Amino acid sequence: MKPTTFREITGNSKGYYMLLALLGLTVAAGLGSAWYMEHNGHWVTGMNNQIVWGMPHVFAVFLIVAASGALNVASMSSVFGKTSYKPLAPLSGLMAITLLTGGLMVLVLDLGRPDRLIVAMTTYNFKSIFAWNMILYNGFFLIVGIYLWTMMQRNLNQYSKTAGFFAFLWRLALTTGTGSIFGFIVARQFYDAAIMAPMFIVMSFAFGLAFFLIFLLAAYKWTGREIGSYLINRLQKLLGLFIAAVLLFVVIFHLTNLYVTQHHGVEDFILAGDNIYSGLFWVGYLLLGTIFPLIICYTSAFRASIGWTTAAAILVIAGGLSQMYIIIIGGQAFPLDMFPGKEVSSSFYDGVIVTYSPTAPEVMLGLGGVALAFAATLFAVKILRFLPLSLANAKIDPHHSAQG
Amino acid sequence: MSNTQDHIQDDNQIDSYRRKLLGGGAALAGAAALGSGVFFTSIARAKPDAEPASSEIRWGFLIDTNKCADNCDKCVTACNDEFNLTGFGRPETDAQWIRTVTLRDKKTGHTTKLPLMCQHCAHPPCVDVCPTGASFKRPDGIVLVDKHTCIGCRYCMIACPYKARSFVHETIENQKEYGPRGKGTVESCTLCVHRVDKGEIPACAEACPEKAILFGNMNDANSDIARRMASTVSTEIRGDLRLDLGVRYQGI
Repeated sequence: MKPTTFREITGNSKGYYMLLALLGLTVAAGLGSAWYMEHNGHWVTGMNNQIVWGMPHVFAVFLIVAASGALNVASMSSVFGKTSYKPLAPLSGLMAITLLTGGLMVLVLDLGRPDRLIVAMTTYNFKSIFAWNMILYNGFFLIVGIYLWTMMQRNLNQYSKTAGFFAFLWRLALTTGTGSIFGFIVARQFYDAAIMAPMFIVMSFAFGLAFFLIFLLAAYKWTGREIGSYLINRLQKLLGLFIAAVLLFVVIFHLTNLYVTQHHGVEDFILAGDNIYSGLFWVGYLLLGTIFPLIICYTSAFRASIGWTTAAAILVIAGGLSQMYIIIIGGQAFPLDMFPGKEVSSSFYDGVIVTYSPTAPEVMLGLGGVALAFAATLFAVKILRFLPLSLANAKIDPHHSAQG
Repeated sequence: MSNTQDHIQDDNQIDSYRRKLLGGGAALAGAAALGSGVFFTSIARAKPDAEPASSEIRWGFLIDTNKCADNCDKCVTACNDEFNLTGFGRPETDAQWIRTVTLRDKKTGHTTKLPLMCQHCAHPPCVDVCPTGASFKRPDGIVLVDKHTCIGCRYCMIACPYKARSFVHETIENQKEYGPRGKGTVESCTLCVHRVDKGEIPACAEACPEKAILFGNMNDANSDIARRMASTVSTEIRGDLRLDLGVRYQGI
């Protein structure tokens, strides 16, 4: 195979600027929402003293998990030697950075005191998983940045494999840290499970690849650059594999809880309750986010279709957001088990399932983070050479010339 | 010495601390000879500002739920008055540092009522998870939030097994100088540290007409609280978590 030629996209069409403007407006709306929430205080949101983490956290954690997963395509080439993915590695690294930026924007702007970010950056309690995560997030920017540099500057190419390996290890640590935010919480029935960390890692594979596919396929479609069936089909199958892996972890997680009598209450609440969480699980996560995209990824009728692959990726994102909503909001909505065997009541909503109604500003802040990730990626591919001129079969498939 | 003070003294002693400050046996013997009420008025009970909290002390509550009367919320009112925790008429977001909880046994129907506040754990999950160290534990067991370094991430609220913390959801006015509060930060029962350091007892314990809330130094074998803990059954809420709580309950 010849070396891949990377080129900036022209990015001077009306469509490009309209898309950038739309994303920019969404970011602005997110920033405005954050200002509104901070100015008035969080009482104007749906969050309260029972549901302390709401829609912003659903988006933030989702984006942070997806960020580490977006790096996966690069890792496939640099760590696992899959050369077909090598031309995609720069975009993979770029999206890892932009998605993390979007997620952190949402997370930081939802803090009660975002103005004290400098405190969070300079004062660490090393027993806190949050503190570890701050180091992991900052380190991720640095390491992936170096990895991109080694890939994009020719005389540093020799180091890209090493940099890619460290970036891979770091992203595993990062997602372990994110999953452990919930896994280490002994107080709540739905958390306190070591499986959260590896489950978040496989979730990141699926969510990250989904974001990556949406951007990649749209970029090639809209710029008129060629992307061959070989690569699309490989990415389809990879996405399917990740979706199946997530399903395995979800099944183990729930089976473990269903086996333990103590957890029957919360499982009943999540899986069979008359509430949004059960609906999101069966319809949002399982049907839309798992079964449908699995069919698309593994059925020959949809093989190598740009449209259907994009649809599968969008469904994975919808399913992933459902999963995050179930974990983050559902996990808090179920009452703490402070007094086993007792009915509990108080003025502070003890013993009852609490309700959460997300408000528009919360959702806008979350969407602002998604928009920032896409806008930054869209801008970066215009000014730097992230995208190969062609991803045609002849350029990607190592066996293509032999077959032809 | 007023009757009220005598009464409080009977039920609540801060013995170990006081004795140290009084400076040994002779002073103690002399003070004891003056009668039981004398300690309460003595300045010797207060911790000088320059002196750090001592790890030899473990402040705590022993709460007798059998004495906790139906329809009584004087401990809650006292706390709200002490810290000006006036609500905004929004129960979902208004702060509650102490609340009364009613328990009904699902099998027997037996009901119990108890006040629930920060349990001042020896191994507090809120302190473990706090990224900036704003949640901290004093050597004498009081768990507090440093309002200058709290970034309002609310991870401590997720981690607390007792739902003891509140987030300040809106602008606060009329704060007490000894109990600063701030929009966007997390807060909870301070065990009335401003009172305790002055040698007084927390507002909720003082206000309880049934004397159901006994405050004292759990580490001092001669204190009322330690003596009562030694002679009657008391339990921790979610003792399975092994957090070694500063609040113990009788009758649950």
